[in-house]
Amino acid sequence: MIPVIVIFAYLAVIAFIGSIAYKRGKDNTEDFFLASRSIGSMVFFLSLFATNMTAFAILGSSGQAYRRGIGIYGMMASSSCLVIPLTIFFIGTRLWALGKKFGHQTQVSFFRDRWECNHIGTAIFALSAAMLVPYMIISIMGGGTVLHDISVNPETHDSLISYPLGCATVAVVVTANVFFGGMRGTVWVNIFQTILFLLFGLVAVAVISHALPLGFSDYIGKLAGDEKSRFLVTREKMPPQVFWSYTLIPLSSIMFPHMAMMCFSARRVTAFKRTVIAYPIAIMVIWLPCVFLGVMGFAALGKIQDPDGVLLRLLHDYSPAWLAGILGAGIISAVMGSDAHQVLAMSTMFTKDVFAHYGGRERFGEHRAVHFARGFIVVVTVIAYLVALRLKEKQGIFEIAVRYAFSGFAALSPVMVAALFWKRSTKWGALAATLFVAAFLVWTALMQSGHKAGDVLWQIGAGKDALKVFFLNPTGDVAFCNGYMTVVPMVLGSILCVLLFSLATRPPARATIDKYFATTAFPPAT
Amino acid sequence: MKKFLLFLLIALVYGAHQDLWNWNKAEPLVCGFLPAGLAYHAGYSVVCAGLMAVLVKFAWPKHLEAEEDRGADKDSGTGS
Repeated sequence: MIPVIVIFAYLAVIAFIGSIAYKRGKDNTEDFFLASRSIGSMVFFLSLFATNMTAFAILGSSGQAYRRGIGIYGMMASSSCLVIPLTIFFIGTRLWALGKKFGHQTQVSFFRDRWECNHIGTAIFALSAAMLVPYMIISIMGGGTVLHDISVNPETHDSLISYPLGCATVAVVVTANVFFGGMRGTVWVNIFQTILFLLFGLVAVAVISHALPLGFSDYIGKLAGDEKSRFLVTREKMPPQVFWSYTLIPLSSIMFPHMAMMCFSARRVTAFKRTVIAYPIAIMVIWLPCVFLGVMGFAALGKIQDPDGVLLRLLHDYSPAWLAGILGAGIISAVMGSDAHQVLAMSTMFTKDVFAHYGGRERFGEHRAVHFARGFIVVVTVIAYLVALRLKEKQGIFEIAVRYAFSGFAALSPVMVAALFWKRSTKWGALAATLFVAAFLVWTALMQSGHKAGDVLWQIGAGKDALKVFFLNPTGDVAFCNGYMTVVPMVLGSILCVLLFSLATRPPARATIDKYFATTAFPPAT
Repeated sequence: MKKFLLFLLIALVYGAHQDLWNWNKAEPLVCGFLPAGLAYHAGYSVVCAGLMAVLVKFAWPKHLEAEEDRGADKDSGTGS
């Protein structure tokens, strides 16, 4: 009961902050979607970080560490410590400048103007939206699951909050916050949320270490000394090909529409300075304790049914109820912080890239466009909620979809790099890369559903010297060239598409190229 | 030359991520409880922050700051 009270108190604080933001809002789309491009440096960092951190950073990371060991940190977190700040530094700052100069509010509006295209921008929009939807659904599913799990009565094993009620709670709070507060409400709430989940890991480690019967070093020694569990404290079962492939996944970050929108929303470009330096440390502060506790969970709890719930189980067993409630609120913060940005990004994209682009704004005016955006937020959240309820048992499918969405967004990053830094790039190069990525994702899904683990889809040569170009690895995922993840051929293919199709087609008009490359938005010619 | 050195630095840090030499070892336990591979990547995260500080210092796109004046008067007090 106590954890539930604490979490509902937290939700009330969120709703209160959102209501203040609503009072400060103006009735135009730039204010609703980007808070009038006025976000200051500290808020920018906290909000950008919240945008990118989902419940996976806390629950998924500890669950993966429970299954696969400490290598998860190097594979998923420390690669992000390098690649994400680099993309924010090189790409985010340029996006900010272009938004400021030309008024872009979405990536697609930039692509359309930069490459003088219309329907190709729509194709990029469609693919981005399709890859973002599963992400939103899984956020609601994650929130529902956490609220359900944290409210379980240890004696009766009944839950005070059912899964549907948990999903509804998360959906309603997020929708209300975004509906009324827009970007301003979302970022204000993010300040509170990010501080909460940054503190989560440190507090959890301190409390759990104090309550565990043995010391951390005893548990690690126990794991290292047993041949069966030694892989958890080394990387001996982690293929180096997969470890390297993961360094490409964080390229997806800047291509997520909600991340790009955050870059548009900063008041000053100098806000990026503090952000890129603090970003790796913030990742470490969240991921390191969670990965470590995931491994500790294996040592302290032994085999458990749901590895993704290992952290909740540790909290439940080794921390007081009120603290478990606060830490549960930290997890919910991660869920809602990113979910709110996803919902807002979907709404912005539909309003700007479809509604306004195809004449809605001229016909109905700026004021109505904000109403359209708000209506869309409600509709999209209701749909995501219904899907989360109806397909609860198929959560795994959405998890796979999200995993592939990361590869998809990463593979779209060459399109953004070409738009920003390569004068000779063309809309046809962008379209070719977009279609390639979409086709590859569909093909991967078909192969994965139609084959079983170990099946070889395409190999060159025969016998033990054969090169397995595409096959299904032991976990049933499509893999490339003896073990690399599909993100590798996707990124390489996308680069090739942009290069070849751009060189084979006519570039945009000189005036358009000059508009983008002779402005302050790009490094001056030296 | 400065650009080349900075790109080289980024490449070196990227390469350092693949610490194959730590692959099969848990020891030494750093601070008595952090396995070698985990401690290495925790340190790597700090190095990344250092790299970004170097880039901010020596490769900051200062010319973009010219855009800051546009809309500076739009401030609605959202920021810190």
